[in-house]
Amino acid sequence: MKLTLSSSPHMHNDRDTSQVMRMVLYAMLPGVICQGYFFGWGVFIQGAIAVSTALAVEAAILALRKKPVARNLGDYSAVLTACLLAVSIPPALPWWMTVIGVIFAIGIVKQLYGGLGYNLFNPAMIAYVVLLISFPAAMTQWMPPASLHAVTLSFNDMLHLIFTGFTQSGLNLEQALRPMDGVSSATPLDHLKTGLTQASTYHELLTSRVYEGGPFASSGTGWAWVSLSYLAGGLFLLKTRIISWHIPISLMVSIAVFATALHLINQDIYGSALFHLINGSVLFGAFFIATDPVSASTTAKGRIIFGAMIGFWIIIIRNFGGYPDAVAFAVIIMNMAVPLIDYYTQPRTYGHKGK
Amino acid sequence: MQLPQFEDIISRLGKGQTWSFSGGVHPLGNKHLSNQTCTVRPPLPEVFIVPVRQHIGTDGKILVSEGDLVKKGQPLTQSSQAFAVPVHAPTSGTVIAIGDHVTAHPSGLSETCIQIKPDGHETWDSLEVSTNYTELDKRDLVAQICNAGITGMGGAGFPTHIKASGSKTVEFLIINGIECEPYITADDRLMREQSASILEGIDILTHLLCPRAVVIAIEDNKPDAFEAIKQACQSRSDIHVIAVPTKYPAGGEKQLIQILTGREVPRDGLPIDVGVTMFNVGTCFAIADAILRGKPLIERIVTVTGKAVERPGNYWACIGTPVNHLLKVAGYLSDKQSQPEVIMGGPMMGFTLNDAAVPVVKITNCLLVPADDELTHGSNERACIRCSACADACPVHLLPQQLFWHSKAKEYDKAQDYNLFDCIECGACAYVCPSEIPLVHYYRKAKSDIRVERDERNKADKAKARFEARKARLEREKLEREAKHLKAKEARLAATDNKASTSSKDKVAAALARAKAKRAEQSATADTKVDTKETAPTANDNKKAAVAAAIARAKAKKAAQQASQQGDSSPAKTADTADNTADNSADNTVTTEPPQDNVVDAQAEKKKRVAAAVARAKAKKAAQQASQQAETPPVQTPDTAGSAADNSTDSTVTTEPSQDTVVDAQAEKKKRIAAAVAKAKAKKAAQEKNK
Repeated sequence: MKLTLSSSPHMHNDRDTSQVMRMVLYAMLPGVICQGYFFGWGVFIQGAIAVSTALAVEAAILALRKKPVARNLGDYSAVLTACLLAVSIPPALPWWMTVIGVIFAIGIVKQLYGGLGYNLFNPAMIAYVVLLISFPAAMTQWMPPASLHAVTLSFNDMLHLIFTGFTQSGLNLEQALRPMDGVSSATPLDHLKTGLTQASTYHELLTSRVYEGGPFASSGTGWAWVSLSYLAGGLFLLKTRIISWHIPISLMVSIAVFATALHLINQDIYGSALFHLINGSVLFGAFFIATDPVSASTTAKGRIIFGAMIGFWIIIIRNFGGYPDAVAFAVIIMNMAVPLIDYYTQPRTYGHKGK
Repeated sequence: MQLPQFEDIISRLGKGQTWSFSGGVHPLGNKHLSNQTCTVRPPLPEVFIVPVRQHIGTDGKILVSEGDLVKKGQPLTQSSQAFAVPVHAPTSGTVIAIGDHVTAHPSGLSETCIQIKPDGHETWDSLEVSTNYTELDKRDLVAQICNAGITGMGGAGFPTHIKASGSKTVEFLIINGIECEPYITADDRLMREQSASILEGIDILTHLLCPRAVVIAIEDNKPDAFEAIKQACQSRSDIHVIAVPTKYPAGGEKQLIQILTGREVPRDGLPIDVGVTMFNVGTCFAIADAILRGKPLIERIVTVTGKAVERPGNYWACIGTPVNHLLKVAGYLSDKQSQPEVIMGGPMMGFTLNDAAVPVVKITNCLLVPADDELTHGSNERACIRCSACADACPVHLLPQQLFWHSKAKEYDKAQDYNLFDCIECGACAYVCPSEIPLVHYYRKAKSDIRVERDERNKADKAKARFEARKARLEREKLEREAKHLKAKEARLAATDNKASTSSKDKVAAALARAKAKRAEQSATADTKVDTKETAPTANDNKKAAVAAAIARAKAKKAAQQASQQGDSSPAKTADTADNTADNSADNTVTTEPPQDNVVDAQAEKKKRVAAAVARAKAKKAAQQASQQAETPPVQTPDTAGSAADNSTDSTVTTEPSQDTVVDAQAEKKKRIAAAVAKAKAKKAAQEKNK
């Protein structure tokens, strides 16, 4: 009897890479739907553009690199990167900017570094930063939540806006996104940043309409709900052990600590911990961006340092830097530190003396 | 790290609490497949194949030969030393062959096996029974355990008598009934069916080792076995029966020690270093069988399971039963396997057999015959996504991912920095890897490569040492030979001298020559001392050597000047020329020596050359140092000094053949002086040049 040989272990749990990626995509759903509800069809259209571009670019480069195309596309990593980017960019961003972003993310940041598992940086965040630096105006053109819109935008309007720059009725981006009277089109973080330069205090600014209607006093109507939906998705990932608690928890704790410290120093300028946690993309970033396994630290201690330092940089850049939000920059900065962190946070092996 | 103290551990165990180890996985147990029915004794196979070695250690001496009739339990080999245990005939019958046969080994190696054809009578040849073992000398008891061929039944097959005869104090005697590998239920059934015997074995071990506490650990997925043991130990307050939460690999020795005592076995240490000795429940049973019933270890429970057998269950299999016999008994379903596969051991750490004719050995606890869809093989390897699920699963806190990178890239020193050799190959990392990377396979490969490399390095080192020893010996012999020849020559010379000395004229000549030589030596010394004078003293006509040296020096200087005029174009060549000139003049000097020195001449010539070479080398070194210190660029000037030194040495040597050690020292001194002089001159020359 000829017997086949294989190496132990002969058992394997039923979680593979593509399943991990799919689970993360599912976990994004509440956030994405919520984002769509508050900010219109744009996020779905951007998602479609990004995913199709990502698959095309990934397939092309895999073919060039003579790697099995179907098998690698089937791991859903490109789809996930595309979706992460799509929810990070303004919903009405011209389509070609999205395409450029995705090409950069997949083609350069991921595939040129060797494909899945070899990229040093988070592809979606690099693409986001590239777009932010290249097209600062368009990338900060966030529309106010739909309920505050002067004009209601249908799916077709949004489609036209993204692909031609005009709605069906001929409104350009500026006009289409114009909010109701008395409301700034800025995001809550933007509003604070610009407001502070105009000699208003944090507490004065919190009374403006941007921050009305949300679940908390310091959050706008749509933003907080979107953040909380992503938090829900993140908790699902924690529950299913797709991600470990280290990075998101340490990131949020560090945001809370540093924001509170600054807030205590000067309440007129620096926002509270809650303000910083709920606004912008901190919760999304904590659970979906910073936990990207490829570019994050791999040791338990390292992940805590990694998350905490991202939180630190977010607070620093938000309060002292030029950009209203800082998750992308903070993540990229810490991506660079990962090899160092990993090296110095090796766990003590069983039976070895502590170092 | 502070070790948990005995009292703390006992109070904790008393409350049913345990420690835990980090990592680990929870694979599907599938134990229900095989633990539902009682252990069955299969019919005798056509032939038993008993490997001579079944454990860690060395083979015993074979006691039988082909054609011999053996009885059941009769020793087939004899323990010749501490690390060997005997094997016994599993049944009565005829030895039909002794030779190589494929055995249960991951690489399918062949080993010496004794093949026995059963006669069907099962005639016993029992061992000595010692029911009153407490009255026996402990050494005799240990010897009985050894003679019964008992090795660890849990996995590694470490000879039991060695562990049972330790001299160190045992705080905890741990009895391992964890059986954490999925599918395997051999210990489970044994504990349910033979709890009394297991307890007897424990008592024997307790008698031998005198532990402060006995702990029986059973995973909580075996409630029936736990109850059975608990029942058996009802009246025994000294034995703690502990239910351990199910987690693979809780049954690993180090992991179980950590769970029960909170202690870690040091890296290069043994469990006894933290006061623990551990035995498998199967081993306890075998000890009781051997000591109380005189049955050597000739059978064990083997779980035959998997969905490709019709009657999965446990079987009392004699050691030496071919695997295919057991498969037949259990009802192998070939249609459930598109590619036949049999795993010996569990699905996590077991290995696939390459031949079903291999025999069951003392450590065979399971034969797993999976149906096609039963086990998921991680054969679909993809790129690592650095998710570190492996690190979270590792029970010994390694970083499997880093180990994988370095093992795959063959950066073995780095892999060792990440403690590759602490890996216990439990397979938890590969089990959880979402990219289905066969991590353990990479580690095994790396480990074996490193071992091979280490062996080769050792071999190479030995070869080098051998070669160098040989070289040294040859050198020594050569020198001895030369010394002998020299002696012989001197003896011959002395003989001729004696003959010559018969004439007083010759004696006078010799005295003259000696005097001359002395004077020449003095003048040579003087010459080097009188450094400012360019011309050597010429008063004595026997100062030819000195003159020649002076000429050579002058020539060298001239050459050096030329060289420095030319610049740095060919310093080495110039220096060489200077050397040659010096040598030639020295040679000339020799040829003009008085005739009575003729005999000495050849010898002197040789010695002079050697001495000259030595002096030259030394001078060169000195010159190099000088040039480094002085930072005077022209290299040729110091070299000239070297040649000058040569000359003076040469002249001395030629005139003083028999005192070459003295000459050497003098030459050394002179050379130094000469070098200093040359340095000064060089400086001067350089200054002039600068002007």
